[in-house]
Amino acid sequence: MANQDFPLIFERSKAGRTGYSLPELEVPDIDLEEELEEAYIRKEAPDLPEISELDLMRHYTALSNRNYGVDSGFYPLGSCTMKYNPKINEDVARMDGFSHIHPDQPESSVQGAMEMMHDLQTALCEITGMDEVSLQSAAGAQGEWTALMMIRAFHEANEDFHRTKVIVPDSAHGTNPASATVAGFESVTVQSNEKGLVDLEDLKRVVGPDTAALMLTNPNTLGLFETEIEEMAKIVHDAGGKLYYDGANLNAIMGYARPGDMGFDAVHLNLHKTFTGPHGGGGPGSGPVGVTEELKPFLPKPLLEKQGEAYRFNYNLPNSIGRVKPYYGNFGIYLRAYTYIRTMGAEGLKKASEYAVLNANYLMRQLEEEYDLPFDQHCKHEFVLSGRRQKKLGVRTLDIAKRLLDYGYHPPTIYFPLNVEEALMVEPTETEAKETLDGFIEVMKKIAAEARDEPELVQEAPHDTIVKRMDETTAARKPILRYEK
Amino acid sequence: MEFRYLPMTEDDKQAMLASIGIKDTEELFADIPSNVRLQRSMELKKPASEADLKKELAQLAAKNANLKQYISFLGAGVYDHFIPSVVDHVISRSEFYTAYTPYQPEISQGELQAIFEFQTMICELTGMDVANSSMYDGGTALAEAVNLSAAQTKRKKVLVSNAVHPQYRAVIETYAKGPNLEIIYIDTKNGKTDVAKLKAALDEETASVVIQYPNFFGQLEPMEEVQQLLENQKKTMFITSSNPLALGYLTPPAAFGADIVVGDTQVFGIPSQFGGPHCGYFATTRKLMRKVPGRLVGQTTDEDGVRGFVLTLQAREQHIRRDKATSNICSNQALNALASAVAMSSIGKHGLKKMAAMNMKKARYAMKKLQEAGFTIACKGVFFNEFIIQLDKPVAEVNERLLEKGIIGGYDLARDYPDMNGHMLIAVTENRKMEEINQFVKELRDIHG
Repeated sequence: MANQDFPLIFERSKAGRTGYSLPELEVPDIDLEEELEEAYIRKEAPDLPEISELDLMRHYTALSNRNYGVDSGFYPLGSCTMKYNPKINEDVARMDGFSHIHPDQPESSVQGAMEMMHDLQTALCEITGMDEVSLQSAAGAQGEWTALMMIRAFHEANEDFHRTKVIVPDSAHGTNPASATVAGFESVTVQSNEKGLVDLEDLKRVVGPDTAALMLTNPNTLGLFETEIEEMAKIVHDAGGKLYYDGANLNAIMGYARPGDMGFDAVHLNLHKTFTGPHGGGGPGSGPVGVTEELKPFLPKPLLEKQGEAYRFNYNLPNSIGRVKPYYGNFGIYLRAYTYIRTMGAEGLKKASEYAVLNANYLMRQLEEEYDLPFDQHCKHEFVLSGRRQKKLGVRTLDIAKRLLDYGYHPPTIYFPLNVEEALMVEPTETEAKETLDGFIEVMKKIAAEARDEPELVQEAPHDTIVKRMDETTAARKPILRYEK
Repeated sequence: MEFRYLPMTEDDKQAMLASIGIKDTEELFADIPSNVRLQRSMELKKPASEADLKKELAQLAAKNANLKQYISFLGAGVYDHFIPSVVDHVISRSEFYTAYTPYQPEISQGELQAIFEFQTMICELTGMDVANSSMYDGGTALAEAVNLSAAQTKRKKVLVSNAVHPQYRAVIETYAKGPNLEIIYIDTKNGKTDVAKLKAALDEETASVVIQYPNFFGQLEPMEEVQQLLENQKKTMFITSSNPLALGYLTPPAAFGADIVVGDTQVFGIPSQFGGPHCGYFATTRKLMRKVPGRLVGQTTDEDGVRGFVLTLQAREQHIRRDKATSNICSNQALNALASAVAMSSIGKHGLKKMAAMNMKKARYAMKKLQEAGFTIACKGVFFNEFIIQLDKPVAEVNERLLEKGIIGGYDLARDYPDMNGHMLIAVTENRKMEEINQFVKELRDIHG
C-alpha cells in the first residue's frame, strides 16, 4: 500500500464548523470597540482550525496511532531510562485537589500540596545522600544549570572569582558543556582511559585553581561505574573545586550507593527518568537539585520548609541564586514521582536498580557475539555496543536502528557517547520481562545476519513504517516550520 | 512485598545469572567501592498498595482548596479557564504521553505533526514567522529571549518594564548572571510602562526592551509608542511577553514590530496545577530562525516523496555544538504544547475571539459592580481580563476571610510592589458566572465594612 500525505488539522478545517462550547456570557453585553483604540483591535482572526469535536478526536487519534510510546513496545533508549509509566501516577496527578490549585493561593489553603512536596524532598535527600533538595528546576538541563549557578555563587561568596572552568568528561551528556556555557563558565574536557573511565592523570592535568567544578555521572554514559570516584573527588576538592552529579543514570544505583556518599556536592535528578514521570514526547520533565549543607544557602528561592506542623515557602534567603522558574517547579511531575516512590518504598527502589542492572548485563552478554563490545566488563543499567563490525560490511549504525523499526522496536540511542565509534547505547530498564529482552536479542541477531547476507535490506530500512527515511538535509536547508495555505 | 512493575521471576533471574556466568546480582555491583556502598536500607516510607495509596493521596488533595470547589478571582499569570474535555482524552493516549523526544521520525510522525501544527498556531496568534516546539514556561522563555537579544546584538544592557510579571523578572535576573547582563527596570505610570523613562534609558548599548502585553496589571501597554521609540534604535530588539488568549482579540505583537514574542499557553487546555507544568512559547522573525532556543519541527518528505516531519536545525542544539550553545534547553513541555494545540483547535478561529471578548466583558462587569459597591479602581487604562482595586485592609487578611466564604481572592500586589499595599489584582475569566461575581462583590463589601 502506497503511503500518502496525512492531512494537517488546518487542511481538515472548514469555515463555519465549531468544536467548542463556551460558557454563557450572562452579564450584560457591551461593545468593546467603543473602549479600545482601533490600533489595538485585531483586524484578522488568527487562522486556527474550524473543526467539529468528532473530527478533532479522529485527527488526534490518528496522530497518536502514528506515534510510538513505552506502552506501544520496547524502548531501550540509552540514558533516557524509558521504564513503564504507572497509571496510578496519572490518576493521582489529575485529582482536582492537585491539578486545579493556583500557585498564589494563601499557603493555608494548599498545605496538602506542600506536604507532598516536602515529603518528596525528604525522600530525594535520602535516596541521594544530600542534605537539602530544591524541586524548582523544570528539567534535567535546568537542574544542571541551577547547580552550576549555585557553585558559581559559592565561589563568589568566598571571593574566589578566578574559578571560570568546568571540567566535563568526553563521554558526558551534551547538555553538560551547554549548561556550563549558559552559566557563564568555560568547559574543559577530561579524557576517558582505555577502560572507559575518567583518566585520573588527565584529570590531574586539567584541574587547577581555575576549576569551579567537575560534572560527572556515575555510572557514566558508557554504563560503567567510576570506581576511582573517591580519588577523583579528592583531586577536585583539593584543588578547591566542587563535584557535580548528573543524575541521568541514578536508576542503576538506588539503594546501593548515593552521590552524597561518593563526595558529590550537588546533584540533579531527572524525575521523568528514574521516577517514572512520563516524558510526553519531549517533556514536561522535572530536575530537582540536591546539595550539601555548604551549598544550601545558595539554593533557588523560595525554599519549602516545615515549621512546626505547617509548611511554608521561605523567601528570606539572602545568598540564594534567585528564581530559576516562576512558582515552585513542575508540581504535576512531583506527584507522579512521589506516587512511584510511595508505591515502591526502599526495597522496591533497590530491586528496580538490581533488575535494571541484571537486564542490561543479560542483554549485553547476549549481544556481544554479533556486535562489538568496546568495554568488556559488567555494566550497570546500560551499555554501549559498537557497530564497527557491521560498518565494514557497509551497514551503518543508523541502518541498524532503522531496520529495528521494521521489527516493531524503538531503537537504542545511536552515535552517543561520542567516544565510541558507531555507538549503539542500550538501556532495557527493570520493567521489561525476559521474554521482551529475548525477542529483542533475536531481532538484533537477525539484523546482524542480514547485514552479512543481504546488506541492502538493512541499508534501505525501514520498509514497513508509515513513512520512510526523511530528507533531513532539505528540512534544514530550506526550513518549513509552519503550515501556510 | 510484590512489586507490580517488576516482571522478574525467580526462574528468569536464575536463567539470566547463569547466562551472564555469575551466581548473584551482587557481583554486578562489586565494582562499587565499599566506602561508598550504602550499608543499610534507605529510610523511606513503607510502600503502600494501590488502593491505600490512592486513598491517602486523595486525602492529601482534599486538604487543598481547589478551583473546582472554590470561586477564584486569582490570576496574575495563571488562569482558571475552561478546558475542553477532548484535551485530556487526547493527551491521555499513551502513544503520546509515554513517548520520548521524537528522534526516530518514522515512528514519531504523530508527535512531530502535532508539534508542527502547534508551531503554526503560535505563529498565527503572535503574527510572527517562526515558533519553537515549546519552552518550560513563560518566565524562562522570556529569560532566554533576553539572553538571545544580548548574544545577537553583542550588547549587555536590557530595559525591562516594571509591569512585567515579577516572577518572570526574577527569572530574567538569574539567567542574566550567566552572560553578566545589566538589567534596568523601567517604572510605570498609571499602571503602564512610563514611555518617557523608557526613552531616557534607551541608548546605543541597549540590547532589548522587554514589555508585557497585556501587562502584569492587566493593562494594555502603549505598544505603538514603544515601536516608535525603537524606530530610532533599530538594533535594539523589542521583546514582548503576551498572554496568547488576549491575542485572540488584540492586535498581535508582530504588528508593533516585536522581534521576539514569548508567553505561556497555560490559558489553553492546561490546568493550573500549583504553577507547573505549564508551557512556554517562543516566536520570532525568520531572520532569527537559526538562533531560536529549543527544538523545532520542520516539514520535509520521505524517500517516496510523502510529506512528513522531523526535528530540524539541530546544529543549534547542544548535542552537536556542545560548548557553543547559547541555550541548554532540551526537554521542553511537548505534552502540554499538544494540550494547548488541542484546546486551540477545539476553540478554533472564531471561538477564540469570542472567548477573549467574553473575558473582557465579564471583567468589565465585575469592575462596574465593584465600583458601584464603592471600591476604587487603581489603574484606569484599557485592560484585558485583570484590574486592580484598592482596599483599606491588607490583601492577605482579606483573602483569608474570603477563603472562609469559599472564594479565592485576587493577587496581593504588596508582595512585589511595596508601595501597593492594599492593592488587589482581580482576574475574571469566562469561567466566572454572573452570580459568582455578584457574590464576590458582596463578600468583599462585607469584609471591607
